[in-house]
Amino acid sequence: MEKLDARGLSCPEPVIMIRKAMLSGGTGYEMTVDNTASKENVTRYAQHEGYTVTVAEKDGEYTLTMTK
Amino acid sequence: METEGRLTRLASCAGCGAKVGAGTLVRLLEGFQTRGDPRLIVGYDRSDDACVYQINEHTALVQTTDFFPPIVDDPYLFGQIAAANALSDVYAMGGEPRLALNILCLTDQMDQKTVQEILRGGYAKAYEAGAVIAGGHTIQGAEPIYGLAVTGFVHPDRVLTNAAARPGDALILTKPLGVGILTTAAKADLVEQPVLERLYAQMAALNKTARDIMVRYPVHSCTDVTGFALLGHSYEMAQGSGCSIHLEAAKIPYHPEAYELAEMGFIPAGAYRNREYAGAEVKVGPAVTRALEDICYDPQTSGGLLMALPEGAAEDCLARLRETIPQAAVVGRVTERQAAAIYLD
Repeated sequence: MEKLDARGLSCPEPVIMIRKAMLSGGTGYEMTVDNTASKENVTRYAQHEGYTVTVAEKDGEYTLTMTK
Repeated sequence: METEGRLTRLASCAGCGAKVGAGTLVRLLEGFQTRGDPRLIVGYDRSDDACVYQINEHTALVQTTDFFPPIVDDPYLFGQIAAANALSDVYAMGGEPRLALNILCLTDQMDQKTVQEILRGGYAKAYEAGAVIAGGHTIQGAEPIYGLAVTGFVHPDRVLTNAAARPGDALILTKPLGVGILTTAAKADLVEQPVLERLYAQMAALNKTARDIMVRYPVHSCTDVTGFALLGHSYEMAQGSGCSIHLEAAKIPYHPEAYELAEMGFIPAGAYRNREYAGAEVKVGPAVTRALEDICYDPQTSGGLLMALPEGAAEDCLARLRETIPQAAVVGRVTERQAAAIYLD
């Protein structure tokens, strides 16, 4: 599971980050974001690429686990 | 000194996406005391595009200001888009812009040529609009900003507010949606150049032609679709008019490339703020996809006019608009107030 930290980044940077990572063809990623727009957008991107996404929230931060 | 890197990289958010959310604005201004004036026809208490102040029985002043960080890298184009966007608020009130002032914020990274190109773009659009830029104010700041404060004129009896739509009206939108999504995806280099060229031309296009045609028809109400998106601005029109608005998803014009990019999550944060603002009053039908919904919440920079006019006049008006603005479309209709302010089916 590759871990990515996108805290402090605003759209579209977190999506660009996960896109770059997924282009390498991995099967599992965990990304932390700190705003709802990024949470939604990264979820959308991962689902579009065929990943299953689960989201855990803690103290205003979201950890997205993306697998396929 | 040369401007370092891309102009959009100097900005944290782009165009009308930088606009503070409508919900936040309402909260910030809650309880704020203002003074009225009987000559102020449209003022602070209304969520309208511009204020209108009556000078005499024939003339009212229309005043507005709009400015934002760079949405494109070409400074001349940025100047044109920012000016077209600012001038649009006068057109949305049914008025004609006549006088404008520059609003400019510079950063250390911007060279003289860049600044002159931005201003040149603004002047070009003001000239095209028949307005003159007579001065302005420039400050130094953390990110570039450009826009205008615009003064225009309108006959006091022909002011078009966003709060006067009537049941039985059809709604015409004059520019396709998807600007915010496409400019967000452009930051990831995911938008082809011809698509960007089309988008840039649209954003730089004045709403003058649409306004000039509109005023020849019995239009009741008008607004321009900008930062609060089609749904946010429709919501304000519905609330202000005490009506409900029914939008037909299949008729809403948008840039087709924006659809898949929305599915891929290239959605500006402003779209989520718009959803938060209006979402509770928007009833979305089961046939409407999430991506299309996102397009309807997408903040537009220098978007088109949204006008409400009797259904009987709409067809002819649309035909006239389409002679020069082929993307114009009837996107919905106005009804008596129902449970929700907006229905998107």
